Amino acid sequence: MEEENPVEIDEIMHIPDGYLSPSTCATLYLFAATGWHAALKRIKQLLATRAIPLISVFAAFSFVVMMFNVPLPGGTTGHAVGVGVAAIVLGPWGSILAISIALAIQALFFGDGGITTLGANCFNMAIVGSFTAYVVYRTIAANSNLKSRQRVLAAAVAGYVAINAAALVTAVELGVQPMLFHDASGTPLYAPYPLHVAIPAMMIGHLTFAGLAEAVISAGMVSYLQRTDLGLLRGVSGLVPPPGTIIAGAGPERSQGRLWRAVALLMLFTPLGILAAGTAWGDWSSADLMNPHTREQIAAASGNHALPSSVPVGIEKLSNLWTAPFPGYAPRFIRNPVFGYLLSAMFGVGFLVLASLLARALGRKWQGGSLRS
Amino acid sequence: MSRHSFLESTIQGFTRAVSKALQADHAASQPGLLQRLDPRVRVIGILTLVVSVVICRRLAAIAAILLVAIAIAVAARVSLASLAKRVWLVVLGFTAVIALPALFITPGEPLFTAPVLHLSISVQGVRTAVLLVLRVETAATLTTVLVLSTAWTHILKALRSLHLPAEVVTMLAMTHRYVFLLIETANQMFESRKSRTVGVLSGSGRRKTTARTAGVLLSKSIELSQEVYLAMLSRGFRGEVRLLTDFRLKPRDYVGLTAFLFTGCLAVWMGR
Repeated sequence: MEEENPVEIDEIMHIPDGYLSPSTCATLYLFAATGWHAALKRIKQLLATRAIPLISVFAAFSFVVMMFNVPLPGGTTGHAVGVGVAAIVLGPWGSILAISIALAIQALFFGDGGITTLGANCFNMAIVGSFTAYVVYRTIAANSNLKSRQRVLAAAVAGYVAINAAALVTAVELGVQPMLFHDASGTPLYAPYPLHVAIPAMMIGHLTFAGLAEAVISAGMVSYLQRTDLGLLRGVSGLVPPPGTIIAGAGPERSQGRLWRAVALLMLFTPLGILAAGTAWGDWSSADLMNPHTREQIAAASGNHALPSSVPVGIEKLSNLWTAPFPGYAPRFIRNPVFGYLLSAMFGVGFLVLASLLARALGRKWQGGSLRS
Repeated sequence: MSRHSFLESTIQGFTRAVSKALQADHAASQPGLLQRLDPRVRVIGILTLVVSVVICRRLAAIAAILLVAIAIAVAARVSLASLAKRVWLVVLGFTAVIALPALFITPGEPLFTAPVLHLSISVQGVRTAVLLVLRVETAATLTTVLVLSTAWTHILKALRSLHLPAEVVTMLAMTHRYVFLLIETANQMFESRKSRTVGVLSGSGRRKTTARTAGVLLSKSIELSQEVYLAMLSRGFRGEVRLLTDFRLKPRDYVGLTAFLFTGCLAVWMGR
């Protein structure tokens, strides 16, 4: 049987048409479609225009890896799905897409695996498999060094657990069929075995051969990449080249450019402040509150509300706490108030621009540091 | 099992996949009746029949669809011998083995009891096993006829006209293209490894060889994806995907589509 089949991936997990009822297929298509939609959205956010070529070529790689005969202890061989490596290198979202596309090509081009069950197969292997592999890998790898043995162990366990989780979900899907779908005489219409038969039958094969094959390929590849291509173990961010080489980078840069132009325009408008009469509302000093002339202006600007007769105690107390370097927007040594005002504006804006540039540089340094760890 | 069989069996697997693809390519260009229909009609029509096979609950209705599937295969000039070798025997070998224990463990009226072993076969067990095998055979026959009669690019265009997102269709197309390149690359790596293997590889040596080959293939794939991306950019790719769908339905396509939908609905009604 296996001699005839060119894509000899784990056959049982790869449910053919006819094993699942139409309603099961529809439900699992819906689950899978939800996963695909979310994954496509996330991966486009992460990789922008790079998403299509990266996921496509990775899916082709997954397809080919599924054909590898993985030697197992005891002289036998098994086939891996490659979901462990996909989840480690691409993250769960990228892995969902790559594995799903590889499965779709098998079903639609090679006729391996059902068409009505494609949703189920993608849900089991691509969605359940990817998330399980990712969570297990991240939990065991924790913050260990990228070159540590802990990462190799994490990859092995992630691959093993992911395949078994996918197999268990498959077994449950097959096992509920006779219970839910049978005719009047009690004949099961689809997969004939109940849960207590389907689960052990599926799990024995996966806890031994298929799980082991996935563990061997995941651990072996992580160990190899640690020595040759460490960048691939940094997740999707490690696959994206530095900004400037991709169109995607043009988006945020352009919006920042717009921000800088707006700031420059506002700076050009600062002399307008000189034309304004009186003091800004609420920007009153204790001297303004005492001066009868300014008291009239304040009352007029405040809807003719009566002002307190004396300076409020709080303002009186705090007004001497901090003296601005440029009181009244002009340094004391400059006699011309207009020139002083403009100088203060330029100094203030310059200070803020400098502070924001410094913050950005620090932010980049911190980000670069966290990637290297 | 020879110590190098993992290399050989993987190489054989690659060769079979490529030859199967070439066979499909050749069959798709045959001047069969099915090939004269619009690819969208072929895809929708055959998918309708596959779904109706899954919905049908009666053996007779499923058997009738199997006959229709064989007729379609003949109309598509797909050789029945290759269909038997590629589908019927494979499914029989796989699904029949899975269905066999169902004969004994499905509860129901006993049909036959083995005298010594006290194993009894139930009527329900026979029905469920035959139902499963027939259903899988019929669906697999239909899918294979579709694959063998329709060029991959046409299947993709048909999927696009069924409102599958353009990005997904593009990824399917690109993946398919690079599958063959990567199969060729992996094949060369395994062949060169085999030519350099003189002694006997230990168990861990064999595992390391496989994992390293997969690792090199991964690095090559990522590099390839970067080259592909740059090539796409140089041709003006800005993240939007546009596909050409220039199919036009002719009167015979409407006749074909009606025939497919009618057969599917009739089978579902008969097999309810």
